[in-house]
Amino acid sequence: MTRWIITLGAAFMTEIGRLGKAGMFLSQSLLDCLTAPIKGERVLRQTWFIGWKSMLVIALTGTFTGMVVALQGFPTLRRVGSEALLGPMVSLSLIRELGPVLTALMVTGRAGSAIAAEIGIMRTTEQIDSLELMGLNPLRYVVVPNVLASLLALPVLTVVFDVIGILGGYLVGVRLLGLSGGTYFGEMSNYVEMKDILGGIYKALTFGLLIGWVCCYKGYHSRFGAEGVSAATTQAVVNASVLILVCDYFVTSVVF
Amino acid sequence: MIRVHNLWKSFGRQEVLRGVSFEVQPGEFMALIGGSGCGKSLLLKLLVSLLKPDNGRIWVSGKDLAASSGKELESLRSRIGFVFQGGALFDSMTVYDNVAFPLREKTSLGEKDIRRKVTGELELVGLRDAEHKFPAQLSGGMIKRVALARALVRDPEIVLFDEPTTGLDPVVSRAVLDLFNEVHQRLRLTGILVSHEIPRIFEIVQKVAMLHEGRIVAVESPERFCASPEPVIRQFVNGNTTAQSCLNGETGPRACFENPVKPSCSSSFSCSPSAFRDFSITSTRTTTRTSPVLHFPKMN
Repeated sequence: MTRWIITLGAAFMTEIGRLGKAGMFLSQSLLDCLTAPIKGERVLRQTWFIGWKSMLVIALTGTFTGMVVALQGFPTLRRVGSEALLGPMVSLSLIRELGPVLTALMVTGRAGSAIAAEIGIMRTTEQIDSLELMGLNPLRYVVVPNVLASLLALPVLTVVFDVIGILGGYLVGVRLLGLSGGTYFGEMSNYVEMKDILGGIYKALTFGLLIGWVCCYKGYHSRFGAEGVSAATTQAVVNASVLILVCDYFVTSVVF
Repeated sequence: MIRVHNLWKSFGRQEVLRGVSFEVQPGEFMALIGGSGCGKSLLLKLLVSLLKPDNGRIWVSGKDLAASSGKELESLRSRIGFVFQGGALFDSMTVYDNVAFPLREKTSLGEKDIRRKVTGELELVGLRDAEHKFPAQLSGGMIKRVALARALVRDPEIVLFDEPTTGLDPVVSRAVLDLFNEVHQRLRLTGILVSHEIPRIFEIVQKVAMLHEGRIVAVESPERFCASPEPVIRQFVNGNTTAQSCLNGETGPRACFENPVKPSCSSSFSCSPSAFRDFSITSTRTTTRTSPVLHFPKMN
């Protein structure tokens, strides 16, 4: 029994230690984000990589998400005689919930894994040590551009996801199921408020920070060798995805 | 210039360094040898404070690393060039940008001065024509030479080489060591060279230190090192030279590997002081150049 308690206690303390290390990493990175000099060229390059290069996958995901929400929602609404509310249902589902969450999950899978792998390889090939030996702060060169780029890209991608998703819902609701276009967009403008849109943007910013933090942290502390980088990449994607879903609940309860 | 006293470092329960002590004087080039995984690269990383020792003191240019502030450490590191085992070049940058990077980030030099300096360093290592290439387009030998150029570009007083010839074929390996020797002779740098290239490295260093089971078992001149009666040293040195003899076909490979210190394995590469001198003279004849221009096998 005592041995069990000791083992459990040791495991708990290890986890607390890890959390503390990750927290220190985040606070140091944020501090470096707020102090000059910011490597503008690297920030732009990473924004292009995380943002622009994720555009196709976000557009595809957004289109089909909007379409499936309309397809599922229309018969349900018709049962209660409220099919006119299809537009608000699709748009609010996307803007408040599905847009930020699915965008963040897609970006984690596409760009977050690449960030973790790139930084992990820099660690194993001693490029990070090399920066340190040159008297440079590796966080400023390797982590800050990715965190800032995630913060910039996620809200834009989320808006793109929402807009394309609403158009996908229009295709199914209006073109396929016969709802009038005026009703679809008219009811939408009646129900969607600015606080819904801002709430979605706040979520996107939170998820952007999460992706930048978790993926950079995992890559930065990658173990050596191909196996180490592979493990770091997997952990980055899994941890970031779970954290996004957990945070989603808390941000929703605070923002809306 | 570099003084290490009673250095201890362990990872978990594994003690890697157990009281390492040695000194390197200004202008001296020391070889650090020892079996694989005995902690040579770790020792170099401790010397530049990339890792912290569990116990012991390190002085570099008179400064105690443990007592140095962040700024002092930064200034100290700016005087040290480090050639990593794999080169540690930045993949996303060209050769030119890799070499220029420390100057752009840590000096106030203009782009014209940076170009002059980088071009000079690339010429020194014989890679002037490769400046637009990316690390992925370079051979192993070229990567080591670019790493050397980057390490030298800020005119360091101390250069640390971490197994610079690992993974290179004998011709390129010899060319890289010739280059280090040339640079050392020309710039009178203080340096530590971690390498397994025995007896080749004995030609270019003034001192040899051997790390064994976490301790420095000998710090001697190459001649005295080769003449040492210590069994550990004899086995390590003869193991290498015997392999060379085997390649020369002077003894049967089976006999050599079964008995690495077998007297019958003595050859022009054996480690008696006189034999070492013979080897040095022979190899010096073949490597000494009247012109400072270095000749590398064509690798690009």
